[in-house]
Amino acid sequence: MDLKRLLKRVKPGRGAVISLPYVWLLVFFLVPFLIVLKISFASQDIAIPPFTHLMTFGDDGTLNIALNLANFQFILTDALYADTYLSSLRVAFVTTVLCLMIGYPIAYAIARARPDIRNGLLLAVMLPFWTSFLLRVYAWMGLLNQNGLINQFLVATGIVHEPLQLFHNDFSLYLVMLYAYLPFMILPLYSHLVKMDLRLLEAANDLGARPLKAFWKITLPLSKNGIIAGAMMVFIPAVGEFVIPELVGGSDTLMIGKVLWNEFFDNNNWPMASAVATFMVVLLIVPIALFHRFETRQLEGEKHV
Amino acid sequence: MMEAAVKSAQAAKTTERPYLQIAGLVKKFGDNLAVDHVDLNIQQHEIFALLGSSGCGKSTLLRMLAGMERPTSGKVILDGQDVTMLAPYDRPMNMMFQSYALFPHMSVEENIAFGLVQDKLPKGEINARVMEMLDLVQLRKYAKRKPYQLSGGQQQRVALARSLAKRPKMLLLDEPLGALDKKLRQQTQLELVNTLEKVGVTCIMVTHDQEEAMTMATRIGIMSEGQLLQVGTPSEIYEYPNCRFTAEFIGETNLFPGQVVVDEPDRVEIESSQLGNRILIDHGITGPKGMEVWTSIRPEDVRLDRRPPAAGHNAAQGKVEDIAYLGSFSIYHVKLASGKVVKSTVPSSRWYEANEEPPTWGDPVFVSWRSDLPVVLTR
Repeated sequence: MDLKRLLKRVKPGRGAVISLPYVWLLVFFLVPFLIVLKISFASQDIAIPPFTHLMTFGDDGTLNIALNLANFQFILTDALYADTYLSSLRVAFVTTVLCLMIGYPIAYAIARARPDIRNGLLLAVMLPFWTSFLLRVYAWMGLLNQNGLINQFLVATGIVHEPLQLFHNDFSLYLVMLYAYLPFMILPLYSHLVKMDLRLLEAANDLGARPLKAFWKITLPLSKNGIIAGAMMVFIPAVGEFVIPELVGGSDTLMIGKVLWNEFFDNNNWPMASAVATFMVVLLIVPIALFHRFETRQLEGEKHV
Repeated sequence: MMEAAVKSAQAAKTTERPYLQIAGLVKKFGDNLAVDHVDLNIQQHEIFALLGSSGCGKSTLLRMLAGMERPTSGKVILDGQDVTMLAPYDRPMNMMFQSYALFPHMSVEENIAFGLVQDKLPKGEINARVMEMLDLVQLRKYAKRKPYQLSGGQQQRVALARSLAKRPKMLLLDEPLGALDKKLRQQTQLELVNTLEKVGVTCIMVTHDQEEAMTMATRIGIMSEGQLLQVGTPSEIYEYPNCRFTAEFIGETNLFPGQVVVDEPDRVEIESSQLGNRILIDHGITGPKGMEVWTSIRPEDVRLDRRPPAAGHNAAQGKVEDIAYLGSFSIYHVKLASGKVVKSTVPSSRWYEANEEPPTWGDPVFVSWRSDLPVVLTR
């Protein structure tokens, strides 16, 4: 009885705690998105802000609602946008695969390192975050360009005679994308690998599986959740990446982020930019929804344990 | 069970080549000697238990047999083949792990089939073998379940089936029932022995639970600080411990330090200041006069009386300090004049058969025992 009363008294507080993040998401994510959605249905206008109102009252008291679908129509018909979306997805996909291929061995090595040096290694992975992201990209520019440190070194040591074209191409784009997103792959992978029961590998060895086989049959399947989490952490932000393609990518690199920037600041076409952004969100919701569904299922699975 | 124990004891005495030979096995971790020159022979179809408290080296010894630790020196020969340096995946032995180490992402049948798949057996044979194993542990209905959907006892049976599926020459069991609660453990002990005897596999199990070792094993090896102190059948170990550690580790005992004062072929007298009397043994021991020895006498062999016993030796007077009433019997703690507390197990029937009131706290009583019952220990 006392417990029941106690629970009743606790409940409103619990509700408030749980609702707080929802309020945050509502105010800072949903509402802004709805504003963007609204703008995407407006038309460009020479005004401040530079777009038309969706709803206007006529002199005779009628409510006029004008929804401009031309922006979406344009996105669907102009091949540039389709190419841009595809190109963004390709860059994000390649980045994710590269991060996985390089991040997995690193995460594995850290997870299997002696416990007393593990935290140091993890800190090394996170250390770059202490410097501004933009500064780190600029540092790469200094390393990679025609007269950059790398070329200077290669020419000075006589490995090459002419400076290499390392900059403003796909190589530099993927290199810096990989560099920037690698920690987001390593951290979730590490957290899955480190809690794995190593006796499972001993059991696999005992039953006749050599170490490499045991890795494929046991370690890899058991780290699947970490791979999915890491891939999502890299893929989703990589699709909308703007700074890296703009600063180190080739001039022909098509990215949604770049198109968005152009529409907003060069063409001053807010409705078009909003439509592009809306479209991107829809495009990203699919993998996010998949991820979410997966996570819920995983949580339900763990409940049985 | 008893029959098997007798058979194996006889087998161990025959001169034929042992099935598993462990010779001078040593494992050092840095300066720490985890396993200290262990020699052990095991016959086919034996269920051998390595018994000791945690950190005594029994698990390290087992892991060396499984190939998961490399011996510092020594040899392991299984059925004529030197397996000392073989990798775990090349050994004809399988292990049932402590808390099972079942693969969580695989179903029960996939777990059991794992070792067979590694051996690249034909699919039909794998299926047949998996079915045979599922029947053996009575889990056919659960073939498609994942380990987390099973109870602790069922998981234990899956682990057993998985380790037997490859028909290993030898099965290693690391605390096989350690993860089960007490009630289930007692029930499972005999079930597990029955299964192992049905399969006829030679087993070495590691346990810290003496009851488990006594119930399941045909022979027991007592380990302490990396050394194998004594090897024998459960009754040999209990009735004839060869050192103080074994005597105190297996069951309860009363130990009296003392010196040999009379040493003749058919009788030995030991002066014990703790008893305040001489201990008489009705057989000779190998040891010189004046030697420091320890006399071990089990609580169930100590007789408790209100009146002084007829014989003058092997007896002392004391006061009841504590009584643990356990239903069919009670354990009396009797404090002697020297301060030594002697434990005596007294059946509850003892008092009404003699038509006496059971002694209570503070009562003066006498403890005594027959001269053929104590065991004299020299180390």
